[in-house]
Amino acid sequence: MSSLAQSQLRETFELNIGPQHPATHGVLRIKVVMDGEYIVRAEPILGYIHRMHEKMGENRTWNQFWPNMGRLDYLSAIAYNHCYACLVERAMGIEVPERAEYIRVITAELNRIQSHLLGFGAYIMDLGGFTPLMYAMDEREQILDLLESVTGSRLTYCYFRFGGVYNDIDDDFITGTRAFIKRFRPQIPMYHKLVTGNVILMDRLNGVGPISADLCRKYGATGPVLRGSGVNFDVRRNEPYGVYPELDFDIPVYHECDSMARYMVRMDEMVQSCRIIENALNKLPEGPVMAEKVPKALKPPKGDFHFAVEAARGTFSMRTVSDGTNTSYRMRLRSPTYSNVSLFEEASRGMLLSDALAFLGSLDPVIPEMDR
Amino acid sequence: MSGYFKEIITGLKSLAIGLQITNKEFFTKPITLQYPHESVKMTPRYRGHIELVKDPQTGTHRCIACGMCEKGCPTGCITVQAEKREGVKGKVLTAYILNFTTCSLCGQCVENCKPEAINFSNEYNLASTRREDYIFNLLQKLHPEGVPEPEIDPELLKKEREKKEAAKKEPAKKAAAKEGGESKAEEKS
Repeated sequence: MSSLAQSQLRETFELNIGPQHPATHGVLRIKVVMDGEYIVRAEPILGYIHRMHEKMGENRTWNQFWPNMGRLDYLSAIAYNHCYACLVERAMGIEVPERAEYIRVITAELNRIQSHLLGFGAYIMDLGGFTPLMYAMDEREQILDLLESVTGSRLTYCYFRFGGVYNDIDDDFITGTRAFIKRFRPQIPMYHKLVTGNVILMDRLNGVGPISADLCRKYGATGPVLRGSGVNFDVRRNEPYGVYPELDFDIPVYHECDSMARYMVRMDEMVQSCRIIENALNKLPEGPVMAEKVPKALKPPKGDFHFAVEAARGTFSMRTVSDGTNTSYRMRLRSPTYSNVSLFEEASRGMLLSDALAFLGSLDPVIPEMDR
Repeated sequence: MSGYFKEIITGLKSLAIGLQITNKEFFTKPITLQYPHESVKMTPRYRGHIELVKDPQTGTHRCIACGMCEKGCPTGCITVQAEKREGVKGKVLTAYILNFTTCSLCGQCVENCKPEAINFSNEYNLASTRREDYIFNLLQKLHPEGVPEPEIDPELLKKEREKKEAAKKEPAKKAAAKEGGESKAEEKS
């Protein structure tokens, strides 16, 4: 035993979780001050994978910034593509053909399912269950194959373009997507039977990591974290973009505020994404997928532009100040995980260490997006 | 006390349901591919590294060495080397170097290419332990047995030579004209 344990005073000790730890989903380091098994203070330390994406936006031309959009949140890259495309289209006043808008929504929702599937699998793995990850990966592989057949890449998509998408979807993709949804729908009740109903999972998640709606508002948490706290906020509904207003879907909201609620929001969102995709496939119009007369060398007019989308982890928004040249004067990326993890410090006070990791996993952080 | 036993029973039940699902996997066929012996078929749109497209009519590439791919590239991983040759219209590509270590497969070069000379390849078996293996000369890859010489257009060659000779004579003419002009100016003054 160390001198610490032998001392008469009630002392605390420091513990480093990460930056290389499987439960932190990447290179997140958390400095924890512990009192026995209980957390006194937990401080997330960021910056281990900071790559200056915002600065890159300021010294690359508008077109050259595209590949960066696939490398922020590598799990839901298409939502980020969507945001950047819409931002510059808003600045330039480019009209996007309707078919392209539908393709954007279909691919973005497929990407969301894929992201939640991996989030689900990895979260259960954090808690010690390995099998569900294999099931999640099985389904995820189908989506990756589908997206690969259109976009050409499996993870770091660079598929959208200003004024449309890189290439059109074909019949194989449409039939493949329909087949996938048909196959995937019955899988979700199976997941609930296998995982959600499991007594070990229920004991570990129910009532763990309560976050009130006020705390979410204080730190700007969005996405499933906010909706698991009973706030019905989704950019797709509250500030609709693309063709979302024409599609039929619900926003799952849970009022329990605990880790289980956040987990359930993600599971229900997958079902809703299936609905959106089916709906969009039924309404898919014919026509071109690229707007005409989009200049190669873009020079948006002077001004301040902002756009927000609902990525898999919450609201992702971009703000750019254009000075009328071929590069941005200032590029600001607001990533959802950054805000979601910020509340970890306040919410984890007095928590058991093992509960804190279950709580961190329910925030579903992706570190490269947090550090940008 | 009854609650305690109830919890144990529901817990065991949930575990049994879980095992029922996972036990099915004993009887399903594995989908594992024995990789080096069999490989996954790539979709036609798969983005491997870029390659020069072979034109079926001429049997060689379509690159005109305009350098638009070089300019559009976010990371500057493309270098196009070309030279002017006598009797050949436009520039002649001598080397098309791609540094694949920095390429992010965004497709800006393919999109910028007006003559559609480059496209994504389907190659993905690129594992290597040496960095130099990822610096490709795409021209060499297209013609591993040697790059064919471009055809020389005799008429163009003739014209170019005439032009050159004319250019050679021109300085002399100009100088003569200048001298003449000066002398005239002198006369006037």
